[in-house]
Amino acid sequence: MHLDPEFLSRIQFAWVIGWHILLPAFTIGLASFIAFLEGAYALTKRAVFLNLSQFWLRIFAISFGMGVVTGIVMPFQFGTNWSRFSDVAGNIISPLLAYEGLMAFFLESTFLGVLLFGRKLVPPSMHFVAAVLVAGGTVLSAFWILATNSWMQTPVGYEMIDGRFFPKDWFEIVFSPSFPYRFMHTVSAFYVTTAFVVLGVGAYTVRRGQSLAEGRMMLRLALWFLAIFVPAQMVLGDLHGLNTLEHQPAKLAAMEGLWDGGRGVPASIIGWPDQAAERNVAEIAIPHLGSLYLTHSWNGEVKGLKDFPPDQRAPVAVVYFSFRIMVGIALLMVAVVLAGFVLMARRRLDETRWYLVLCQFTTCLGFIAVIAGWTTTEVGRQPWTVYGLMRTAESVSPSLTGANVLFSLLLYIAVYLIIYPVGLSVMLRLVWRGPAASDDDAPVVSGRPKSPIEALASATAETTR
Amino acid sequence: MTLDLVPIWTTILAAAVFFYVALDGFDLGVGMLHNFAPDRDARELVMNSIVPIWDGNETWLVLGSIGLFAAFPVAFAIIIPAVYFPILLMLLALIFRGLAFEFRYRNAEHRTFWDHGFAAGSGLAAFAQGVVLGSFIQGFHVEGRQFIGGSFDCFTPFSVFCGIALMFGYGLLGAGWLVIKTEGALQDWARALGRWCLIGTVVAIGIVSLWTPLTNAHIAARWFSWPHIAFLAPVPLITAGLVLYAWWSLNDRSEYAPFVAGLGLFVMSYLGIAISLWPMIVPGHFTLYQAAASPSTQAFLLLGTLFLLPVILSYTAWSYWVFRGKVRADIGYH
Repeated sequence: MHLDPEFLSRIQFAWVIGWHILLPAFTIGLASFIAFLEGAYALTKRAVFLNLSQFWLRIFAISFGMGVVTGIVMPFQFGTNWSRFSDVAGNIISPLLAYEGLMAFFLESTFLGVLLFGRKLVPPSMHFVAAVLVAGGTVLSAFWILATNSWMQTPVGYEMIDGRFFPKDWFEIVFSPSFPYRFMHTVSAFYVTTAFVVLGVGAYTVRRGQSLAEGRMMLRLALWFLAIFVPAQMVLGDLHGLNTLEHQPAKLAAMEGLWDGGRGVPASIIGWPDQAAERNVAEIAIPHLGSLYLTHSWNGEVKGLKDFPPDQRAPVAVVYFSFRIMVGIALLMVAVVLAGFVLMARRRLDETRWYLVLCQFTTCLGFIAVIAGWTTTEVGRQPWTVYGLMRTAESVSPSLTGANVLFSLLLYIAVYLIIYPVGLSVMLRLVWRGPAASDDDAPVVSGRPKSPIEALASATAETTR
Repeated sequence: MTLDLVPIWTTILAAAVFFYVALDGFDLGVGMLHNFAPDRDARELVMNSIVPIWDGNETWLVLGSIGLFAAFPVAFAIIIPAVYFPILLMLLALIFRGLAFEFRYRNAEHRTFWDHGFAAGSGLAAFAQGVVLGSFIQGFHVEGRQFIGGSFDCFTPFSVFCGIALMFGYGLLGAGWLVIKTEGALQDWARALGRWCLIGTVVAIGIVSLWTPLTNAHIAARWFSWPHIAFLAPVPLITAGLVLYAWWSLNDRSEYAPFVAGLGLFVMSYLGIAISLWPMIVPGHFTLYQAAASPSTQAFLLLGTLFLLPVILSYTAWSYWVFRGKVRADIGYH
């Protein structure tokens, strides 16, 4: 069997970023949720908000730590496996990545300490400000990573000198055409993901009958939030799709499984895209619907895959199905939220056991949708690293053999399969103990450094004792 | 005419790498020594001495790597794939070590497993970094702007020896740190280990210094020609003085001197390498100026760095100030 270093490097990148992205997908939403709880507590002084904030902070600390540690791997991937890309595009993407790193550490070393350990040291309003700054910082981190990615999808603001990219206009580079849509759609996805986790944990808490006030609050906060953000996310997704149609038509055609372009194209509901035969097998399609939602007109023109040479098409089946998984989950989410509101209207939300169990199962929905969406946009970019300009095959490190990459990939798989289950079990244990568990019988965080602010807090506690 | 930023970025990068080696060096060292601690209580104290600062120290690894990428992209594109497996080992070791640290408190029923994981991860990370350093000194097989050698080229007797050497060096820093942070019998234990690490470090520095000119002809020519020899000559002399100072301070009651002397040895080794390779960033192929990113890239990143880096630095300094003093069993950090 021939081992292809390019293909294995892609799998390796997908593996390490796939696991990593689950953590920002959760912590970015959670940071904002905690900021909301802190704000609500500062305003209303209701204990339920304080308990919830402390409960979620414990979980936040662990997931943030795992995110930092798995994030260290990411910049090195560009060097180890994609060195030609690093050389050719380094002048443009490296400062964007560097800003993300600086921002993350700036944040970690300052306001996170106040948020995690400063409760006794600063007034609730200051604590709220720290929470807002941490939430803002996590979103800024996403800003830089998505700016990097968006430039790779829709490169502008550069000039080519001797076959390498040089920056011409940093504003254009950072705010490339796909960036605003990708940024909004991704951050909103992270919020929805977190809200479904809150919904699931709330349902579990209510079903167990302990910390009822906190559980009910979580259920209701999550449902109201989702009632706004799930539809908003679908609109944002539609806008992002239209942007893709304009700037990356070949990717859009792969998402739609559309081989023959033209006017009044059908929408493929489900089928099996056969890349070699250039058609979909066993397909169910609805005439004209494709044009209708892509161009918002009955006879709008859309390009098909056959409008592009075969060596410029993405692996259609992967993009086609990951896109359908994402959309399918969105529809499922709508159903869950609707059912929740029907039950809430009938005042039976907290007693309907099947619904609470269902909510527990939907905890993972957002994560699956995030991975599916990421797969759609990244595999859809293939065969390019920089869309239309630099091929993935030209990006991989020339020194690597297939066996080299297979070996490293297996090691990454082994280590991630140890640490993620342990991390998950540690977080589940916190959920099992529930929001009522007091802060004193367990350390808030352990492996996290105790920051100076925390040291001050414990010193203050010592002297006032 | 734009301002020449290459010297500024060289300084920032050199500082980041040195901060990393000095700071994470001692906590990797403490991680390795941790396994030799006499009993459970001692292990807890040893661990507590680095709880508040260890992961802040790793910050500098990320800043160093993305700093290299941003300031000298072609050097990043050549060096990192050339040390593919040492980097892989280092990353996996650091992940495992970091989470072992986190989980040992949270998953107490498996604490012994995580403790061993922490020690093994620390040792492996130190070893891998030494191999990276060794293969950097040896130089890489480059064609055009890419590394074209094999992924296992970096494992030579010389680089593997550098890996072991760095384990001893980090061990020395770790012992020095423990002398500062502990007292009584535990401190005596740290001093004893420090003496062993010092012996290992001295032997290693000696052998690496003899071996380097044999493995790299450019460096040999530079060392033994005028005027370079005049710049270089003080380095071995000061190093010898530092070794004597370290040995004396480990046997004496002085508390800060072993750590300071250990750091001094690292400064001297760092200077020795810098003088040997200057002004190359990819030995034998690219100078700092040839490898530099476009002026616009350097300027764009410098803008934010000049604001964010001082904050990170001062916060780091403040953390160390707050956590000064001995660790004791009755006042745990947890």
